[in-house]
Amino acid sequence: MGELKLMKGNEVIAEAAIRCGCDGYFGYPITPQSEVMETLMAREPWNETGMVVLQAESEVASINMVYGAAATGKKVMTSSSSPGISLMAEGISYIAGAELPCVIVNVQRGGPGLGTIQPSQADYFQSVKGGGHGDYHLIVLAPASVQEMNDFVDLGFQLAFKYRNPSMILADGAIGQMMEKVQLSDFKPRMTAEEIDAKYGSWATNGKKPNRERNIATSLEMDSAKMEANNKRFQEKYAKMQAEDVLYETIRCDDAEYILVAFGVSSRICQKAVDIAREKGMKVGLLRPITLFPFPKQIIGEMAKRVKGFMTVEMNAGQMIEDVQLSVGCAGCAVPVKYFGRMGGIIPTPSEVVQALEQKLIGG
Amino acid sequence: MDVKDIIKPENLVYEKPGMLTANTMHYCPGCSHGVVHKLIAEIIEDLGIQEKTIGVAPVGCSVFAYNYIDIDWQEAAHGRAPALATGISRTNPDKIVFTYQGDGDLASIGTAEIMHACNRGENFAVIFINNGIYGMTGGQMAPTTLLGQVTATTPYGRDAERNGYPLKITELIAQLPGTSYVTRQSVHTPAAIRRCKKAITKAFEAAMDKKGTSFVEVVSTCNMNWKMTPVQANQWMEENMFPFYPPGDIKDGSKADPASFKQN
Ligand SMILES: Cc1ncc(C[n+]2csc(CCOP(=O)(O)OP(=O)(O)O)c2C)c(N)n1
Repeated sequence: MGELKLMKGNEVIAEAAIRCGCDGYFGYPITPQSEVMETLMAREPWNETGMVVLQAESEVASINMVYGAAATGKKVMTSSSSPGISLMAEGISYIAGAELPCVIVNVQRGGPGLGTIQPSQADYFQSVKGGGHGDYHLIVLAPASVQEMNDFVDLGFQLAFKYRNPSMILADGAIGQMMEKVQLSDFKPRMTAEEIDAKYGSWATNGKKPNRERNIATSLEMDSAKMEANNKRFQEKYAKMQAEDVLYETIRCDDAEYILVAFGVSSRICQKAVDIAREKGMKVGLLRPITLFPFPKQIIGEMAKRVKGFMTVEMNAGQMIEDVQLSVGCAGCAVPVKYFGRMGGIIPTPSEVVQALEQKLIGG
Repeated sequence: MDVKDIIKPENLVYEKPGMLTANTMHYCPGCSHGVVHKLIAEIIEDLGIQEKTIGVAPVGCSVFAYNYIDIDWQEAAHGRAPALATGISRTNPDKIVFTYQGDGDLASIGTAEIMHACNRGENFAVIFINNGIYGMTGGQMAPTTLLGQVTATTPYGRDAERNGYPLKITELIAQLPGTSYVTRQSVHTPAAIRRCKKAITKAFEAAMDKKGTSFVEVVSTCNMNWKMTPVQANQWMEENMFPFYPPGDIKDGSKADPASFKQN
């Protein structure tokens, strides 16, 4: 294990990237995540590990730089916040279509449009349902602490390479800006050219070797039958993610009659709300999805058979609630699923959450 | 003498370059893309750089460039090839990278990417096919379409008031301190093809020597969308495009030395 430090979430993303053997970072400044690139530039990892850091001319360029480097088998990433992620949507779709691994960090701010620089979770749909054109999914990890900002960089790369699919770390302005204690990771060396050839030689476009056919990174296929086959392969990949890589956390759910469902910073608020509700005699638990795609459908379905209802707590107008409703419905259950949230950069308070629970679910 | 006595390896004076694949090209007869592909294939073979070279294909008629030249390729979104090439060459400084782009790809939707890559002096070569029209989508106006030129979206000729002026992007690129060798060529005669081959070779060598971004514009024909025969198209190009896009070297050197860089 690396050192124990007090650090900002955004700074930790940078440090974790260097430590996990990342080959390159390409980004464009935007609040509330500019510290990621600032930290990298100050750390000068090119002297230490050989990692490349480049400030691009736009998010359109940075995601396409990620495409180029990722397609050579390198471990590369970018970070941005909501408006920048919208600009990247085209590139992300191409990366998913060309089946390339990378990590994209979205430190969300309120929208739509230029919106606000305050924290938000309003990019849930954009992140888990696709965001760009075509039938694809990102692997979406939702950190709820500075520690998870550290841990999910490496995890994001592992999953991205396992599936040859982009991973997104869906954070928010609060997690990005807050300081917490963090156990940093140990340094992992960057992969050598020989290791890349050995592991990714079947697809990496790093120069045609005499012992293999030329590799082509592309999402284009003019033959509809082949394109449908590609799409089917992608769908199988998403089904495999659903079977093998769902992550979630449950807090005081064992005897719970009512379940709060919340991710990221909202789940931190809900932990406190659970304590307050329990003190008041309400049997409340918290389910925290860690992977938003693949979504923890199954556990919600199982819970739906024994609890009296769910309430999602989201910093948006109610987006994840649709996935919770689907999970409950697919399990053949009909317990109520309610939503409580704040928008525009406002973080709900624990007492607001308890009040909403009483009004919308328990009292009603 | 029998034909069989003539068809012998030792009598061979011309053959398909080894770096060209056996795939049948989809280009229209008379199109310049195929000639430029052949030159690139020959150059990669001559320089012996197949194992080190990575090409970036555009969106446009040459989207399938990767089917024809036997090297590793990446297919970019429309206009983004210079960003991909930046990502490749920054993380693989030992590789030789080039983009191959049309005028819509490079001078319209991808203007920001090409300008900034050239301004940073990224060490890759750019092959820019300027046929004054959008070939792939059926002959609409390109940024390089000449005033008065008829296209699918300028059916009465390009009008400066309505459509703006033709863009001399190569002259702009030559102004950027990150570029090394910037030239304008064509492939309409055997002599022009030989000159163009020299220019592309030089551009590849500049990228290999890390001199900055090298840039070869090839003024090209699109006889299909110009609605001409191949011969008419060559003639039209000489008479109309060359006066506005004159062939020749525009810049020959290295990216600016920061120590001598003038800030005024
Ligand atoms: C984002 C996006 N916009 C539009 C298109 C449609 N499109 C495909 S090729 C092309 C223009 C190609 O023209 P050019 O770059 O001059 O190349 P040419 O086909 O003439 O070789 C356009 C507009 C696209 N594929 N993607």
